[in-house]
Amino acid sequence: MNSRPWVLGIIGLLLLAFPFLVPSDYYRHILIISLMWVVIGSSWNLLAGYTGQVSFGHAVFFGTGAYTAGLCVTKLGISAWWGLVLGGPVALLVGLVIGWICFRLRGPYFALATIAVGEIFRLVAIAWRDFTEGMEGILIIQTYRSKVPYYYLALLLAAGCILAIHLVMRSKWGYYFVAIREDQDVAEAIGISTFRYKSLSLMISSFFTGVAGAFYMNYMAFIDPHVVFSLHDVSIMAILVGIIGGVGTLWGPPLGALVMVWLQETFRSSFFGLLPRWVSEAHVLVFGLLVIFVIRYLANGIVGDWAHIKQLIFRSKAASFSTGGDRS
Amino acid sequence: MTYFETQHLTKNFGGLTAVNDLSFAVHQGEIFGLIGPNGSGKTTVFNLITGFYPITSGAIVYRGGTIHGLPTWKICKQGIGRTFQVVKPLRRMTVLDNVVTSAFNRSSSKAEAVAKALEVLDFCGLRTRQDQPAKGLTIGDRKRLEIARALATGPDLLLLDETMAGLTPQEQAEGVELIRKIRDSGITVIIVEHIMHVIMNLCDRILCINYGQEIAAGAPLEVANNQAVIEAYLGKE
Amino acid sequence: MEMFIQTLVSGILIGGIYALIGIGMTLIMGVMKIINLAHGQLMMVAMYITFVCHQYLGLDPYFALFIAMPCLFVLGAAIQKYLLNPLLKVDSILPENQVLMTVGIGMVLTEVMRFIFHSDYRSIETGYSSTAFYLGGISFNLPMFVAFGIALLLTLGLFLFLLKTDVGKSVRATAQNMDAAMILGINAHWITILTYGLGSALVAAAGTLLLPIYYLFPDIGGPFTLKAFVITMLGGMGSTVGAIVGGVVLGVAESLGATYIAMSLKDAVAMVIFLLVLIFLPGGLKKLTKV
Repeated sequence: MNSRPWVLGIIGLLLLAFPFLVPSDYYRHILIISLMWVVIGSSWNLLAGYTGQVSFGHAVFFGTGAYTAGLCVTKLGISAWWGLVLGGPVALLVGLVIGWICFRLRGPYFALATIAVGEIFRLVAIAWRDFTEGMEGILIIQTYRSKVPYYYLALLLAAGCILAIHLVMRSKWGYYFVAIREDQDVAEAIGISTFRYKSLSLMISSFFTGVAGAFYMNYMAFIDPHVVFSLHDVSIMAILVGIIGGVGTLWGPPLGALVMVWLQETFRSSFFGLLPRWVSEAHVLVFGLLVIFVIRYLANGIVGDWAHIKQLIFRSKAASFSTGGDRS
Repeated sequence: MTYFETQHLTKNFGGLTAVNDLSFAVHQGEIFGLIGPNGSGKTTVFNLITGFYPITSGAIVYRGGTIHGLPTWKICKQGIGRTFQVVKPLRRMTVLDNVVTSAFNRSSSKAEAVAKALEVLDFCGLRTRQDQPAKGLTIGDRKRLEIARALATGPDLLLLDETMAGLTPQEQAEGVELIRKIRDSGITVIIVEHIMHVIMNLCDRILCINYGQEIAAGAPLEVANNQAVIEAYLGKE
Repeated sequence: MEMFIQTLVSGILIGGIYALIGIGMTLIMGVMKIINLAHGQLMMVAMYITFVCHQYLGLDPYFALFIAMPCLFVLGAAIQKYLLNPLLKVDSILPENQVLMTVGIGMVLTEVMRFIFHSDYRSIETGYSSTAFYLGGISFNLPMFVAFGIALLLTLGLFLFLLKTDVGKSVRATAQNMDAAMILGINAHWITILTYGLGSALVAAAGTLLLPIYYLFPDIGGPFTLKAFVITMLGGMGSTVGAIVGGVVLGVAESLGATYIAMSLKDAVAMVIFLLVLIFLPGGLKKLTKV
């Protein structure tokens, strides 16, 4: 337990020094994207892992944030950086409306409604050319050529998001969120307005996801409806980041983000060019197999099942020792 | 002013009338027993009082105001706590966190909620279990936790739904003691129970229902010797 | 006016196929209480099976029903037995464990098909693909009409199975209350496998019937999964009759939307219906009839 602050401190220092330790823009890019997924995965986890309301459509909030930033440029004629300020609140409003519709009902309605709204947004973004430029997407000019400023911004967002969720989970809200996840009847009976607190959780979650979307617009300088409202590459990816790392844990999604982005890159680049090209086409297949494997065998993710994993490793060691002993 | 009463309370589920024109009053500071054979509507009455089901007709009056139609959590805020017949611990939380969550109901800070929770755990004899996850508790401790969680919301009126079922005689005796202590601390109690000696020991007054209707009411001995009550439980000869 | 009736007719005809998709989904939802987010992808697999049968074996798509349906039955049953049922024993934080699993299954099915057939658009040419007959000035596309007829027959068959046979009655009992069904000696484990197989076979039929009038590529599954749950939701989750009505309503709404609003927003129609139902009619159409 005492080693915890030390470990955190060392990881923090390493992350701060990373751009100087690793001059490669490629690895900087991968870490920037990972940090962005830390934000999205942690936000998804607040709602799904802690509050028990599984969203299958976080692309709604991500895309809303990204388009808010993009439209700042094309419609308002102001810098896309305003998107970092506006993206969160706009996504939060979208979340509020979805929550207002769905959280009065129990059951799978919320999960389904998030997919439906995501699809509607995507189709509207494609069809409403005057407003969104349709499939041509929005292209802006990057502010910095260097990756370093983006890296520190992403690091700040990720750290801010984790800290915010940590603080929320230690407060009354956090207790209420988990109570709702565990049993909604009990939550109501002990004085919790499940509707209000589910909405609160969704608002925080959609806010941070919207900020991440706005960051994406600024960093990548290009978005189109298929990229930012993608069911697979955003919504499902958010779920994967959450469940691989471990739902309902603070450090699960950050770990999951690293694992997933690294895995995605490995496959996209066909194991860094070591394997034939067709491997790069298999990355979604690998994601799918991973979902199946993790849900079947690692239901609580790497962090959640850590004790279990450790036990497996040690037991197999212990077993090999004992068989060795038997033989002699 | 009556402390708590139901007036012509009725609940239909489709064609089935689970509670039928039921009126009863509870006085402040008493332990009021609600008994009846299986399926007679006792738990439904609790679910109506706490707003889990909307009532079909009638009224529920608590401290001078009607409370039917309010959402469940507001009824809890008004001071009515309840336990569930089938215990529902918040499984992946520790015993302490279970109780802290309810203690937030009347606390303005986390420190206050924790202090209140520890006090309630002491009161219910669960202090030694505070760091265990709730899913690992024995049935006896789960029932205690159910009561502790309801108490931590700071209720004025407590509804206990078969908190003794499945307990050993020793645990039952402790349970009776705990409920007495709760009443002595100023909380009014309505208790649904099957175990007759518990009811006879604890209650000031009893209401017996069958098919959602009153069949007898009064002092424990009176009700227990009432012909209609005996018939409801054992059938007609 | 003629255009309106024409639109209505093609909407109803396609609605028959949609109903078939919806019934499969409803069946699975009723028994397992989960949303099958691999539903459209299962249909896509069936369409590829039909495609192969037609392209390489020269089989008529309607005959391919006898191959695609059993294949998908086995596939669905295997998914339930080896992937979904084991999850019941896993203690997980997320209640939607099984639903997430179906998402993974859907992704794998899509990608495996992409691996084999690549992302190319395919369609099949039959002698009757564009044949139509006229009735009072309204044209009836022949394959659509036949598909509607077969969908109707399959639905009738399913109802007979559910209402008249012992196994069918067990399925209904399990849907109403799994615990009680198990106490009465029904092997609920087996029933869930049968149900998922049956649901898959039904959606397979829908896919096969759709192929002569539609195109095919691996990503077609996702949109149809969405359609499937819109239908289910419209009908009021778990109601088979509701799913039929929901299917027809969706078919008509889509074809009206395509004619009178914009072809490109045809897919959005389903989503908008979904949200409207969610807001104004949370119990689905069932609520209107069975208060």
